[in-house]
Amino acid sequence: MQSRNPLLYLALWLLLSLLTLFPIYWLFVISVKPAVDLFTTPSVILDTVYWKNYVNVIGNETLRGYMINSLIISTSNAFLVTGLAFLACYALSRFDLAGKENIFFWTITNRMAPAAVFLLPFYLLFTQVFTFGDWKLYDTKIGMILLYCTFNLPFAIWTLRPTIDGIPKELDEAATVDGASTWQVISEVIFPLARPGLAVTLILTWVFAWNEFLLAATLTSFNARTITTGLSEYVTTTGTEWGAMAAIAMITLIPALIIFAVVQRHIVAGLTFGAVKE
Amino acid sequence: MRPNTVGWLMLAPTIAILGIFGIIPFIYVLYVSFHQWNPFGASPDMIYNGANNFRRLVFDTEFLTSIAFTMKFAFFAVLSEIALGYLLAQLFMKEFPGRGFFRTIHTLPLIVAPIVVGSVWRLMTTPSIGIIPYLLKSWFGYDLNIGRDATAAFALTVIMDIWHWTPLVTLTLLAALLALPKEPFEQAQIDGANRRQIFWHVTLPMIRPAILATVFIRLMDALRTVDEVWMLTSGGPGAATRFVGLHIWKIVFPKTDYGYGAAISVIVLYLTLVMCWLLYVALVARRERKRTF
Repeated sequence: MQSRNPLLYLALWLLLSLLTLFPIYWLFVISVKPAVDLFTTPSVILDTVYWKNYVNVIGNETLRGYMINSLIISTSNAFLVTGLAFLACYALSRFDLAGKENIFFWTITNRMAPAAVFLLPFYLLFTQVFTFGDWKLYDTKIGMILLYCTFNLPFAIWTLRPTIDGIPKELDEAATVDGASTWQVISEVIFPLARPGLAVTLILTWVFAWNEFLLAATLTSFNARTITTGLSEYVTTTGTEWGAMAAIAMITLIPALIIFAVVQRHIVAGLTFGAVKE
Repeated sequence: MRPNTVGWLMLAPTIAILGIFGIIPFIYVLYVSFHQWNPFGASPDMIYNGANNFRRLVFDTEFLTSIAFTMKFAFFAVLSEIALGYLLAQLFMKEFPGRGFFRTIHTLPLIVAPIVVGSVWRLMTTPSIGIIPYLLKSWFGYDLNIGRDATAAFALTVIMDIWHWTPLVTLTLLAALLALPKEPFEQAQIDGANRRQIFWHVTLPMIRPAILATVFIRLMDALRTVDEVWMLTSGGPGAATRFVGLHIWKIVFPKTDYGYGAAISVIVLYLTLVMCWLLYVALVARRERKRTF
């Protein structure tokens, strides 16, 4: 199979990469065009760059609030989830707990159910059941942070388990013999060794939380509204402001792009990891 | 040795959070599904009405078509992604300059938020500002209008999903292909097998577990697609792309018919679980059978 010219593959992949990248390029093109230019002949070539859409979006106090909400929610959620999953995986890996494999499988099933199915119960619980006098869980950041655990925590446990299992038990035992407490074993032996796995988990859960839309759109109204729902609001208003919409979409995309550029190698490994269990 | 209490304490927060946000909603939605409840309707209180909600559901054509659309979407999308993903994974097996670079680019769509994917494709396909309708018009004289043409809108949701998720298939199948031993291929070549025979009798049986696992993951995700389609077509034109998730969100919520909505949620959850279970059985059964030989 080595007989064919590698240049042929190179050309094929150049074409495929163009197809992959074009939609994102087009998003950028729309985001840097003034409204009057949008309805002229669509053109791939960018002659002028008009940053006003971005200025408007960042200058908009409501949207800025949404961005800050998104940052707070996804960052808190990612740290919470990674921390809890780290402890849970350590417990599952090192202790002889009754029915632990069932518990492990049960945590995974939480990710299988379609989010749309739980919209209604979550909405009812958040507005009518999880209340405290006048205070309700609906439209609070803490509510969203806890809620995102339902899909991020199973994922984190699933990806971290092999990492923790892969750290030899002898290391714990040696440390215990030397007089280390369980907490010292975790913080001084396991944590440093699990750090690469923890970093990948942290980053991926962060991206998932940042990207989430459906639950945020249903369970928040203003105080905890995220940027993805802010983006969707530009479509319901009959989509007159295409430029602004593209600019928000671009801004929503940027953190993920940066993370991707910095740690793509690990992300690729992490993704294949979750899917191929063999 | 160490007391297990410590272990349980470490697991406790995880179990508590997943219990409160995983099990309670499920019990609650089941409870509501057996009641007539519309807080803004004529009788705002919850009234027990047995299986009436479920009886109504069987004859609800809107709901049934949304199920059919979802299935059709999942079928076309997952089938194309597996075929294309396999081809691309094979392409990545070849030696050529810049392979790692192209793999990185190919992975990019995976991290794009579904809602952004929907926006991007909307910007590309909306008549008068999108590049795609313009090119189709000037090259082929074809008028693409996803606001009016139901088939085109449906096809576009599938194409969008292929753009977004084929990389995942490529990555998982590439990982499987890389892990394959070399000997069976060499042996087959010595025995004079042609490429098609090698594919059907050597490659495919060996990577079948990986393919099934990928189908499993992709199918589960495809069945619950909401964000992208909501952004691209909002379920239109008419109800041509109103998938189940969209149906719950667009029809059930505004009507505040909570009892009936709960019944829909229960049924959709049931269908999803049954399908996952069937796939899981197919996956495991295959593996068990292999072991006995």
